[in-house]
Amino acid sequence: MRLLTHNMLSCNIKGVTNGFPLKLEADKWVTKEVDLNADFLRGIFPKIEWSALLAAARVLGFAELPEQADASMLSSDDFLRRFHHALLELHVEEGALVCPETGRKFPINKGIPNMLLHEDEV
Amino acid sequence: MPRPELQAPPEIFYNDSEARKYTTSSRIIEIQARISERALELLNLPNDGVPKLLLDIGCGSGLSGETLSENGHHWIGYDISQSMLDIAVEREVEGDVLLGDMGQGLGLRPGVVDGAISISAVQWLCYADKSSHEPRMRLKAFFGSLYRCLARGARAVLQLYAENMNQSEMIMTYAMRAGFSGGVVVDWPHSSKARKEYLVLTCGPASLQTALPKGKGEDGEMCSDEDDSDDDENQTVGVYERNRPRKKLKVNKKGKSKGKQWVLKKKEQMRRKGNDVPPDSKYTARKRKAYF
Repeated sequence: MRLLTHNMLSCNIKGVTNGFPLKLEADKWVTKEVDLNADFLRGIFPKIEWSALLAAARVLGFAELPEQADASMLSSDDFLRRFHHALLELHVEEGALVCPETGRKFPINKGIPNMLLHEDEV
Repeated sequence: MPRPELQAPPEIFYNDSEARKYTTSSRIIEIQARISERALELLNLPNDGVPKLLLDIGCGSGLSGETLSENGHHWIGYDISQSMLDIAVEREVEGDVLLGDMGQGLGLRPGVVDGAISISAVQWLCYADKSSHEPRMRLKAFFGSLYRCLARGARAVLQLYAENMNQSEMIMTYAMRAGFSGGVVVDWPHSSKARKEYLVLTCGPASLQTALPKGKGEDGEMCSDEDDSDDDENQTVGVYERNRPRKKLKVNKKGKSKGKQWVLKKKEQMRRKGNDVPPDSKYTARKRKAYF
């Protein structure tokens, strides 16, 4: 699971009002190189919740993202490279996503998060 | 063989062996690729070369997702079968896949997705596999969450195999209630084997942008008959007119119908013979109501 996906996921449990962002716990992660596409990055940037991306990247040991980010930084190649790396090249293989409100853990195995809700959570 | 939806819930039907069979069948691969291409076409994404973030609902082993990747897009896939997803990971698909139940809602932030496709999956929502499953609630949760996570003006294209008209209508109703506008595009409507239905939904009110293209085969084009898809289970229901022929009036050689005079004459003949004949009255040989 890449941080792009993590940035979009929100906890779906019945009654939860703020299920975003899910806290990331990572036991195993890998880096997979992907071609950088500046157009995509510029297009997706407005949709990204920066603080969530920042925190998740830190969990994976990547601290090179700036604390704050705005659209003007997108013209910088250096920024784009870091953004690209955090968003698309870090893959969580084993770990969990934790609901910020209920503490419920959604396990990640083989890179696949298990988002299935139990009967009483729907 | 009854259709898969009637055999077992999807997470059980698509077990390891079925998943492997599905993914190694060249026929299925070809069909799914073709359907995915068509769905992507119907998404009507802007032709600006910028990769988009798309959803593949019911992504399975990643056959449809590959089409999205080949077209340069990033995608997030959902499936309920662990076996199918394991194969997707094995095949190193480029999208992220999630183990999830679309009937529980997609759990995505509002307005983040540029488009969604679903190939041969949404009809599974119509079958109640557990006693707690109420298809209507699941359809509501699915379409509600899908509507929320799509960006304004984005489309969702859902190719599905509804069992009958009731199912099609139910699915459409819940899509509309969630706020979608749109309709159904049918390719090859006259071929029971090649026929495919795409529910094309747009996030937002109906407008010129939401106008649907014509389905293939509507202009009398012939589809290739090599497409012997698994449509044996998906026969469309024929509707026959209740057109029983009317009882025709009896016509004698002279062209006249046998009217009152003839009946009275016959009755008189019978009386002369000595038969028991009911007396004549004003009701004898009167014109009766036309037969239905």
